[in-house]
Amino acid sequence: MRPWDALHAAALALVENPVRTLLTLLGVIIGVACVVSMAAIGAGAQQRISEEIGAFGANVLVVNPGATRKDGVSSATGDQKSLTLADAEAIAGLATIAAAAASDFGKVQVVAKNRNWSTTVNGTNVRHFAIRQWTIGSGRAFSPEEEVSAAKVAVIGATAAEHLFGADDPIGQVVRILNTPFTVIGVMKPKGMAFGGQDQDDVVFVPIAAAAVRLIGGANTVNHDAVAYILASARSSDWMGYAVDDVTRLLRQRHDRGTRDDDFTVTTASSALAAQESSTRTVALLLGSVALFSLLVGGISIMNIMLVCVTERTPEIGLRLAIGARPRDVAFQFLLEATALSALGGLVGVILGSVAAVIVTRVLGWPVLVRPEMVAAALGLAAAFGVGFGWYPAWRASLLQPVDALRAR
Amino acid sequence: MLISAQDISRRYGAADLPFFALRPTSLEIEAGAFVAVVGASGSGKSTLMALLGLLDRPSSGRLLFEGRETTALRPDATARIRNRRIGFIFQQYHLLARMTVLRNVELPLVYAGESPRNRRRRAEAALESVGLTAKFHAMPANLSGGEQQRVAIARAIAADPVLLLADEPTGALDSTSGEGVLGLIEALNAQGRTVVMVTHDSGVAARARRVIRMRDGEIVSDGPADPETRHPERAAS
Ligand SMILES: Nc1ncnc2c1ncn2[C@@H]1O[C@H](COP(=O)(O)OP(=O)(O)O)[C@@H](O)[C@H]1O
Ligand SMILES: [Mg+2]
Repeated sequence: MRPWDALHAAALALVENPVRTLLTLLGVIIGVACVVSMAAIGAGAQQRISEEIGAFGANVLVVNPGATRKDGVSSATGDQKSLTLADAEAIAGLATIAAAAASDFGKVQVVAKNRNWSTTVNGTNVRHFAIRQWTIGSGRAFSPEEEVSAAKVAVIGATAAEHLFGADDPIGQVVRILNTPFTVIGVMKPKGMAFGGQDQDDVVFVPIAAAAVRLIGGANTVNHDAVAYILASARSSDWMGYAVDDVTRLLRQRHDRGTRDDDFTVTTASSALAAQESSTRTVALLLGSVALFSLLVGGISIMNIMLVCVTERTPEIGLRLAIGARPRDVAFQFLLEATALSALGGLVGVILGSVAAVIVTRVLGWPVLVRPEMVAAALGLAAAFGVGFGWYPAWRASLLQPVDALRAR
Repeated sequence: MLISAQDISRRYGAADLPFFALRPTSLEIEAGAFVAVVGASGSGKSTLMALLGLLDRPSSGRLLFEGRETTALRPDATARIRNRRIGFIFQQYHLLARMTVLRNVELPLVYAGESPRNRRRRAEAALESVGLTAKFHAMPANLSGGEQQRVAIARAIAADPVLLLADEPTGALDSTSGEGVLGLIEALNAQGRTVVMVTHDSGVAARARRVIRMRDGEIVSDGPADPETRHPERAAS
């Protein structure tokens, strides 16, 4: 018997009872859809993480106030700020550190002429831009004098510029931040989304001294020197480990921690994203187990339906044996049917899984990536389940004796 | 000798309480013969036919097909003999409902590994020889019983076998269709094909040249058909 004839026979058998075929395939469809969407989410996250590490800077570290939680993210402590401008100066002085910049920030209303926009105002200094490898698009950054004198100047991100000024040139215009007028001296180049889907360009930078005196720090009566975080860069990405150790040792000493836990958290691009990665991995694992379970159920239902088929079609088997089919031809026919059945389920599953992945991208904002090799792997997996679970019914069919099979009704 | 059976039997049931569907029987069928097997329902006719057609294995004895001992052959080898040398016609036609007439007739040639072109040509020729030229692409369910049985005959002769085994070929047909089918079988025998035909209808049996009568799993008589009843116009009733 030629392969094409076998395939033709299998296809005929499948379309003979389409509703049953579809119901049988439900398990495989769900399983493969899970595999595909899982792989898409995993691959998307992976790609985003490596992009992120590249964008954030492999040699960048962030020091936040507050102790480290188990998941590697610092616990936010709003009132007691443990990091100061002096800490940032000291970090900048470390041998493994290239630059450090303190930042203070808050979400406030910014008003430009007749428009008004709620955005993040970040008080920092020009080294912040250097550490993030972020360049000025037009205009200029703060001068050293402006930084020292708490000058009322602002460098704004592309999104903030668009919302506040539309198509107008923002340079030289005035924005009012908490009723204090600031002159826009520069606009940053667009930087895009951060991992969480946060727009990095929706920001207004002012000199940190200006922020401390006139804006966010003005409300903090406890400690005028306190900063929200310190951004630093290691001299090389190979030195990240040493840089983190140095910063930790230095801050423990400066903060008199003795035997107590750190009152700050050092985060690197890779450690921050590892936490993100572990949460996407949890989802992937969940989907993976649903997928495996569904495939198992799907495989069993295929086996079940194939056993029913063998019984129903015993007279057909008898006829085929009578006119010259060998037992292995009969076995092959049913095995092929089971495989075609589950491959069909796999195909529908791939389509559904891809649609699900696209919906996830749209609704949850997760990055997903449907890779052709993952699709092929999912199809292969489905076919393998078909072969695995189709084997037993096929073997049963091949054991039938022609005379008994013909007599069955 | 086409078939030579020596003390073949078919036994069912437990060893301590055996039931013989066919008691030990010897018979020979020469090439070109037209044999009818008659007897009451349950007398063992189908059992004998299944053994002669290598659809079943005897519980004892030897069965030579074209001089070759078959009882110890592996399933693949008997499948090959059935495929190339034997054509089967059943009372219930046994056509595959989801295939066209042409595909049904091609089926033995599919298992013979014939090329699609060859088997199509041969299947068409077989259908033409049973007078179904217009029905190549019809589905079996849309044919009358007589037409379906003629499709089954076309399928039986598609691979050009030497032996035709027919188990009650007219059993499900009205007398007119039955007569048509019988005429076809007679014509096939006239072309030189050996025919063994099971029937419980003595009128039908009278169309054969040799009649084997069975009762309770035994051959009770074996000889030329009664010339008195060899009248085609009375037979199909
Ligand atoms: N698989 C089987 N198991 C048990 N008994 C069987 C089996 N096949 C046939 N028989 C019995 O063998 C006897 C002969 O059957 P069969 O050859 O079909 O008769 P006929 O074709 O003459 O009507 C019957 O009594 C039948 O019930
Ligand atoms: Mg019978």
